[in-house]
Amino acid sequence: MQIHINGKAEESVAETIAELISERKLATKSLVVEHNRTIVKQARWAEVQLHDGDKIELLSFVGGG
Amino acid sequence: MSTDRALIIGDVEFTNRLFTGTGKFANNADIAPMLEASGSQMITVALRRIDMAAGAENILEFIPENVTLLPNTSGARKAEEAVRIARVAREAGCGDFIKIEVITDAKYLMPDNFETLRATEMLAKEGFIVLPYILPDLTMVRRFENAGAAAIMPLGSPIGSNRGLETKALLAMLIENSRLPVIVDAGIGAPSQAAEAMEMGADAVLVNTAIATATDPVIMGEAFDMAVRAGRMAFLAETAGISNIARASSPLTGFLEEV
Repeated sequence: MQIHINGKAEESVAETIAELISERKLATKSLVVEHNRTIVKQARWAEVQLHDGDKIELLSFVGGG
Repeated sequence: MSTDRALIIGDVEFTNRLFTGTGKFANNADIAPMLEASGSQMITVALRRIDMAAGAENILEFIPENVTLLPNTSGARKAEEAVRIARVAREAGCGDFIKIEVITDAKYLMPDNFETLRATEMLAKEGFIVLPYILPDLTMVRRFENAGAAAIMPLGSPIGSNRGLETKALLAMLIENSRLPVIVDAGIGAPSQAAEAMEMGADAVLVNTAIATATDPVIMGEAFDMAVRAGRMAFLAETAGISNIARASSPLTGFLEEV
């Protein structure tokens, strides 16, 4: 299955957002996830199913003025 | 002792009129002691795609809970992008404050007042406390008032330039006429420049680069706090007028004369 993560096409076998995040070994604290332009709260990461062509944005807060 | 009213923006009272930023610290561990030393009660953060290799940086871990977060929309080039960033920031638990930054000019990072106004209208309707970063233009300020902005953030000089209040005459017009609080943002490079803005009657200043990139950001934060308070006190005390010729401070009568 191909999904777009932060604008890049990537192969993944993850079926949910939670699986994708553990597949990529990402720290979950303060991670913000957008799934096809909809923000998905952490509590729902395990429920949201991924499909071929989905667009995922993985964001976090950084220093800025 | 001087007494001063709190600055109220949205539904939050600020007794400290120095707002700060989290960008460009060599060591993010300096942020909390800087906030302590400066007394700053509001600080900016930015939202970015994570670096998949490095994982998520979390600037929020370095900010004490009692400090109000002001996420910015840096990176937005159109109003719609700013709106999207603002929604993400709120969903992520950053509260209702949003500093709108819409910039297409890469050299001077000048704000696009037109797109910023569009974003202000949209976000104010969604209940955000909107603080637009703008070029100081009094006619636009009227439009920002009508669009539902909670305050305006006119620039002193380009972001990170440390050039001080190059827009001083325009800032003075805004301070005199704006119905919204005026927070001078960008370009303030030294405490003396922050004091200058406050003496003019600015309601607050936002300082990031000058504190974050100082050799000692903690002491610099304290220095800015003192300058902001001094400038504010001078404004409230009303500075005396300027004259082109001397006005003697000592009496001009009753001199001792040579016998």
